[in-house]
Amino acid sequence: MDLNVLWFVLLGILLAGYAILDGFDFGVGMLHRVARTNDERRIVLNSIGPLWDGNEVWLVTFGGALFAAFPEAYATIFSGLYEAFMLLLGALIFRAISLEFRGKLASPAWRLCWDVVFGVSSFVATIVFGVSVGCAMTGIPLDERGIFRGTLVSLLGAYPLMTAALTVALFTMHGAIFLGMKTTGELQARIKAWMWHGFWGFVVLYATVTAMTIWLVPRSIENFRYFPWAWGIVVLNVLAIANIPRNLVRQNLPQAFASSSASIAALVFLFGMALFPNLVTSHPHPEHSLTIYNAASSQGTLTIMAIIALIGLPFIVSYTCIVYWTFRGPVQLDKHSY
Amino acid sequence: MDVLTLSRIQFAGTIMFHYLFPPLTIGLGMVLVYLEGMFLRTRDPIFEQAARFWTKIFGLNFALGVVTGIVMEFEFGTNWAAYSRYVGDVFGSALAAEGIFAFFLESGFLALLLFGWDRVGPKMHFFATVMVAIGGLFSSIWITVANSWQQTPAGHELREHVINGQVFVRAEIVDFWAMVFNPSSVNRLIHVWIGAFILGAFFVMSISAWYLLKGRHIEFARRSFTGALLLATVSSLAQLGSGHFQADAVAKHQPAKLAALEGLYHTERGAPAYLFGWPDDESQTVRYGLKIPYMLSMLVHFDPEAEVQGLDDLEATWGRPPVWLTFQAYHIMIGLGMLFIVSTLYACWRWWRGTLFECRWLLWYFVFAVAFAFIANEVGWVAAEVGRQPWIVYPSLINGQLVGGLRTSDALSEAIRAEQVLGSIIFFSIIYALLFVLWIMLLHQKITHGPDDHLASRPDDSHPPLLDTMARLPGHADSMTHVNES
Repeated sequence: MDLNVLWFVLLGILLAGYAILDGFDFGVGMLHRVARTNDERRIVLNSIGPLWDGNEVWLVTFGGALFAAFPEAYATIFSGLYEAFMLLLGALIFRAISLEFRGKLASPAWRLCWDVVFGVSSFVATIVFGVSVGCAMTGIPLDERGIFRGTLVSLLGAYPLMTAALTVALFTMHGAIFLGMKTTGELQARIKAWMWHGFWGFVVLYATVTAMTIWLVPRSIENFRYFPWAWGIVVLNVLAIANIPRNLVRQNLPQAFASSSASIAALVFLFGMALFPNLVTSHPHPEHSLTIYNAASSQGTLTIMAIIALIGLPFIVSYTCIVYWTFRGPVQLDKHSY
Repeated sequence: MDVLTLSRIQFAGTIMFHYLFPPLTIGLGMVLVYLEGMFLRTRDPIFEQAARFWTKIFGLNFALGVVTGIVMEFEFGTNWAAYSRYVGDVFGSALAAEGIFAFFLESGFLALLLFGWDRVGPKMHFFATVMVAIGGLFSSIWITVANSWQQTPAGHELREHVINGQVFVRAEIVDFWAMVFNPSSVNRLIHVWIGAFILGAFFVMSISAWYLLKGRHIEFARRSFTGALLLATVSSLAQLGSGHFQADAVAKHQPAKLAALEGLYHTERGAPAYLFGWPDDESQTVRYGLKIPYMLSMLVHFDPEAEVQGLDDLEATWGRPPVWLTFQAYHIMIGLGMLFIVSTLYACWRWWRGTLFECRWLLWYFVFAVAFAFIANEVGWVAAEVGRQPWIVYPSLINGQLVGGLRTSDALSEAIRAEQVLGSIIFFSIIYALLFVLWIMLLHQKITHGPDDHLASRPDDSHPPLLDTMARLPGHADSMTHVNES
């Protein structure tokens, strides 16, 4: 495996980590209105209270790593999808401040306002990610220098909208399962219904999007010819998805959550398989695509960055474990809560 | 307006808003480590009370620093794509290192710091506080290194890179440590840190002075004030030295920036330094200025008769930075720095005499002086960043030839249009105005609420299952939830 492939894999790990971790945050945000009383809503907020900030760091690091390892791809994607990134920034800012500010005044109108902002910003961020995945799959117009030449509106089509819907369903299910582990009693019962809604939505949309992908983006499955072992991941993906309803029925939420996380990781893997070796696929001129070779930093920098990542990764895993372990179990509101 | 001007306005606005928070959290982080360390050593509850209070304020500032920081990371790509392509190999590495080493550390332990009071023991909590403070310092290291490399590039080579048959030149790292320890990083990092300590200290003094004036939380406020006063005094004095070393490096590597900082339009022997003035580009002079003769020559060359190059000789080679803004920002920073030295020394003298807390005008001064500390941090960066124009990456002069460097006008994204940037400026203006109002409102609310005088007892080092059980009892959740309502 050369360094460029290693960095493609590392970016995949960062993206998967981000999708799994902030994915449930967004799901929780979208489900926030399921909670009815003020206490219930605070429980929902505080389920991700100590965690969302650390989860968002996965995105920040993904961005930094993309910048360092594949600056051409970073520059093209961020400048090309200008409005999408501004919308995402707005959503992330509003998500954060709604958590921070909601509990600061006792006025019901104030709280309702931030409740709505929390839900809408989580939804918008999810949509932006979903659409981006769809656009990355179909490809975007690039010139021979690898610069985006098109408009954002021209990218919107049936396929990106379907991937957005799939992402919404996936994060709803994932967030509901997470929230199920963090709640008790009547609230948990209401959330359980949403686990099922999310699950069925996800299964139906996943099947549809898979069919559309094979039909519309034939290059996305070409890599399976070169890497037959990848079929193993597909099988594991199917098993992981099947394991979700099994555990929902058995009331084993941690295992359902693990399966849901594994499904997200598998989806990111399949996304990577569809792109490889491209980072930004050019459409309609595939020869203009930015690949992990023509978009990369120098070999020296990729080496240094690999060393930095290898030193940093064990630390990152240990911080994450400490935090999740400390805040395990159902939410208990105290005076430090939001 | 064109895309370049708009993008510069957007970057300047978003970075200046962002920079309200990082130095504050770095400075407050030091204060928290001190308070919790003292609590562990003395077990005096007043330290715990203080630590808990400042942690709440810290948390609010930290959250705003995080959300406004992501904007910065994205803007390199959205608005400055050509820059990103040119420097990604170097600058991107520093940014990624910041994410891996600093952000994960900060954000992970921040959760324990803010929400972990009743979930982990005091020692673990102290550890978390130290980690968050170190994370803040790490973060400032990498981002200052990245910025310093733009000012005084080193450890890289310009190499050709080929994309789909198109060749272009970019900077690539050849010596990582030479890049990290480029000629200005260490000086600038120290300057940034001390600036952060000054801000953190003035922030604590501001709130404490207000309590003292209102006669509230007296013991808490006295201890916070005097502790912060010590930090502020030492930092203000140290900043003077640090600033001098930095000006030296500027003189050596960025002569045009030095000329703009000092308003030196013409090359002169025995060049003066201005205390204040009004640089006028038309007449190429500094009007209404008060100058110290020979001072600049002295500072740069330790020789009152030495020649210092002015903009007239430098412009052809280096280009001309905007003089007025660079000059004023720099002089406001220095003026405020002097004010900090004088006022903190005076306050220390009154403290030594035992009359500090009777001097109401001085306390009122410290209530408002935090604004000066914010301004000093901001204008320092304005001087640094405007002064290096027209370059986004400064060139080096080798054998009389400019090598490398990237002009700000060549750094823009190829794919964006003015309407897009105007739209995002309006978008950020609205969001940031809202954030600013909420920030002030919440600070005000937390300050008027003040530290909790009656601390709830907290569990021992282990996390007793009893509490879990209690928390699940019906009714208990209700009673707890209303504590934090107001």
